[in-house]
Amino acid sequence: MNQILEKSIFEYSRPGRAADAQHPPQNEAAAAAVETIPAALRRRGKPLLPEVSELDVVRHFTRLSQLNFSIDTNFYPLGSCTMKYNPKACNQYAMLPEFLARHPLAPDTQGQGFLSCMFELQEMLKEVTGMKAVSLNPMAGAHGEFAGVAMIRAYHRARGDLARNEIIVPEAAHGTNPATATMCGCIVREIPVDAQGDVDIEALKKAVGPNTAGIMLTNPSTLGVFERKIEEVARIVHGAGGLLYYDGANLNAILGKVRPGDMGFDVIHMNLHKTFSTPHGGGGPGAGAVGVSARLEPFLPVPIVGRDGDHYRWLAESERPQSIGRLSAFMGNAGVLLRAYIYMRMLGREGMSRVGEFATLNANYLMARLQAAGFDLAYPERRASHEFIITMKRQAKELNVTAMDVAKRLLDYGFHAPTTYFPLLVPECLLIEPTETESRETLDAFIEAMVAILGEAQTDAAKLKGAPYTMPVRRLDDVRAAKQLELTWKPVNSAA
Amino acid sequence: MPFIPHTDEDVRAMLGAIGAPSIEALFDEIPQSLRVQGLQGIPEGLSEMQIGRLMSERARQDGRPLSFLGAGAYEHHIPAAVWAITTRGEFYSAYTPYQAEASQGTLQLIHEFQTMITSLTGMEVSNASLYDGGSAVAEAGLMAVRAHRKSKSLRVIIPSTVNPNYRRVAISTAGNQGLRFETVPYLRESGCIDMTALGAFAGEDIAALVIQQPNFFGQLEDVDALTDWAHAEGMLVIAAVNPTSLALLKPPGEWGTKGADICVGEGQPLGVPLSSGGPYFGFMTTRMEYVRSMPGRIVGRTVDLEGRNGYTLTLQAREQHIRRGKATSNICTNQGLLMTAATIYMSLIGPAGLARVAESCMTRTQQLVAAMLRQKGVRQAFAGPRFHESVLLLDRPAVAVLRALEDQGILGGVDLAADYPELGSAILVCATETKTDDDIERYANALGSAMQAVRAA
Repeated sequence: MNQILEKSIFEYSRPGRAADAQHPPQNEAAAAAVETIPAALRRRGKPLLPEVSELDVVRHFTRLSQLNFSIDTNFYPLGSCTMKYNPKACNQYAMLPEFLARHPLAPDTQGQGFLSCMFELQEMLKEVTGMKAVSLNPMAGAHGEFAGVAMIRAYHRARGDLARNEIIVPEAAHGTNPATATMCGCIVREIPVDAQGDVDIEALKKAVGPNTAGIMLTNPSTLGVFERKIEEVARIVHGAGGLLYYDGANLNAILGKVRPGDMGFDVIHMNLHKTFSTPHGGGGPGAGAVGVSARLEPFLPVPIVGRDGDHYRWLAESERPQSIGRLSAFMGNAGVLLRAYIYMRMLGREGMSRVGEFATLNANYLMARLQAAGFDLAYPERRASHEFIITMKRQAKELNVTAMDVAKRLLDYGFHAPTTYFPLLVPECLLIEPTETESRETLDAFIEAMVAILGEAQTDAAKLKGAPYTMPVRRLDDVRAAKQLELTWKPVNSAA
Repeated sequence: MPFIPHTDEDVRAMLGAIGAPSIEALFDEIPQSLRVQGLQGIPEGLSEMQIGRLMSERARQDGRPLSFLGAGAYEHHIPAAVWAITTRGEFYSAYTPYQAEASQGTLQLIHEFQTMITSLTGMEVSNASLYDGGSAVAEAGLMAVRAHRKSKSLRVIIPSTVNPNYRRVAISTAGNQGLRFETVPYLRESGCIDMTALGAFAGEDIAALVIQQPNFFGQLEDVDALTDWAHAEGMLVIAAVNPTSLALLKPPGEWGTKGADICVGEGQPLGVPLSSGGPYFGFMTTRMEYVRSMPGRIVGRTVDLEGRNGYTLTLQAREQHIRRGKATSNICTNQGLLMTAATIYMSLIGPAGLARVAESCMTRTQQLVAAMLRQKGVRQAFAGPRFHESVLLLDRPAVAVLRALEDQGILGGVDLAADYPELGSAILVCATETKTDDDIERYANALGSAMQAVRAA
């Protein structure tokens, strides 16, 4: 990896330098136009933007990009994140000039091509999830969660069932689940899972009651196993008057095999940036489309695409009087949705069923081989779903080597680290998700690296403590980052 | 098999290592009653050549009309380098930079973004993006309630001059936590907040006032007076701004005596294509004293084991993956790639270029408005200074006029009837640096004939 650090863009800056080709032509009327702004409302000083050439910019940001790991450059087995290959066609065809230029408030008549893609995407998502209706509006998984819990709340309120404000969440859930419940004004009740990774049914029975709004579940769970008692969970929660929320973070595992709608879920969100392979973009954008059963359909967030004969149109808000409302200024992450649409059309019916199969094959293969190589599994008697957990608890005790040490050392071997220290329930855990797009050779190379690291742990544990060695930086001082906040670049002479 | 590399031999060997007879056997923990047989509603798969053809046809169907639409999304020139670099796989296909050592590129870029956007808005700290302008206003309302040291009020004033969709998103998002949004009318002469009506809230316990500048109509609010009034009443001030305009307009950090407390906005004008409404990104900046109340990811500079400069996510105790139900927000995935595009855009365009873009937008809009006013039956709705949008009143039904313009390949403005019925037949128009003399001439002529056609009808 590139060891040379790249200086700040501001250090390239020279007063008076500019990428002139990017400026609009000087207009004689401009001075008069600016004069119309009252002096008190005008900006006085220049903003701190770099004054650089176009080549400076291209080199600087290209070099920065080279300091990153990415799917395009490295195996990225980050559990619960589904870092599968993002096909180039999805990007290219979503970025056709007409799609990019289309204004969000352009009339339906000048968006039939785009709207037909969105309508068909809604239909395909209904089919793969078994839900009755879909809204594409939410812009990320957590945003979809928000829409889902807000709909559950609106449903109970519409029935005059005002006491239902508790959301039950298994302790292994993503942090977004309890945070979402809070954002929706609900109270969170966490329940344990049993030794096999399934929901503790007795605890669930005790937790439900007249205050239960619903339960949020990920299935397969964040423990990398399928929740086998899902039908019983559904009976208990529905029996108590609550609804079931499906967190679609792990939908990739079961695509084409089993559908959340058939499991009894009332509302789900799908992470299109996981299961449907839109890029993660170094933190976003995502898309968190939501699907609902018939009883929640009236509450879906707007806008939604409808069809009258051959004409596609946005359903008017007056047609959705019980909607939880609008969650984005326009229609959510349209460009991301186009990428997901293209991906689904390329895969088609058969390709989509293969996703779950090969994601599961890769995970079980990796799990079996790592176990044989001496790693401890968190749930050794269970099948892996599309991911599984290794626990370094024994090595931490015997060799003083932690999951974090293994994760950092993997970077030196050219592999992105698995998810570490999540779920919190399993001590010293590595949550590993290979995805279906990785070859057997890549998985074998990862296994070799893990075996080599285990060897190092036994012979030279100190070496792991110091890892990584080949990245642009060594381990960073997070405590200093939080204590001496340096959140913006400062010129050297003013930093003193 | 599209995007799946396994050969038959691979499958056999892998199943052998697992000790399973078939791939199907790997799903034996799922109750049979739940299994689905095929996805009949999904069409057959397409090759890349086939999907390319299909998408090109659909894109062609939508065409490239000449657009004078704004209302929160703006057509600007985007330098070719912006997306050439943004779509490099190392940015495009990377995850959130939790493994800092393997993500220094993204982390340093976010740090540079934080520097640029705090300077542009005149604030001290920034996060790494929110979903869009609307959700940023909603998060700012929640943050103001959380950050306010003296008031426990859940009331926020959001005047009618703020983008109506931002107001809707704020209500849908923050209403669940009990926030109440109060509205204030605008003056019919100026299209700006009615200060007298606002004055009726004096003495009440309210957490914050939202001020959009330029406001939804494109008019410039008296931000100094509004900010000082709100501060005197014990409220925090939330500024909602257009980043392009800040090359010319006073940054929120300098509004009034003390400056705004939280600044948010839609980042789309900074190098992000219109793309039917997204993905865009919301930005949020604030003062250092409120940094721990801010939602979203934040990057800080630090040093590594050998004392070298490096970047990492910081203050993570605010966030959902650490604090769970007590986090400042549930946001996790944000709009990182769009923030990446904006950082490259701001670097390319520079301070002089951004000012040139903003001046050009103002000039073109003034030229557009003058050309429209030359047509019979067109009047200006509001007097006073504006940025790059304006409301025009028509003596014919706006719906019919806009449709007649559409027939000539022109998107002539946003009909305000649904949100501002009291204005009568009114349209919001916008011209940016992308419009030429010819474009404006073409629009004015088309408007003239459209008005006549509707008149005749």
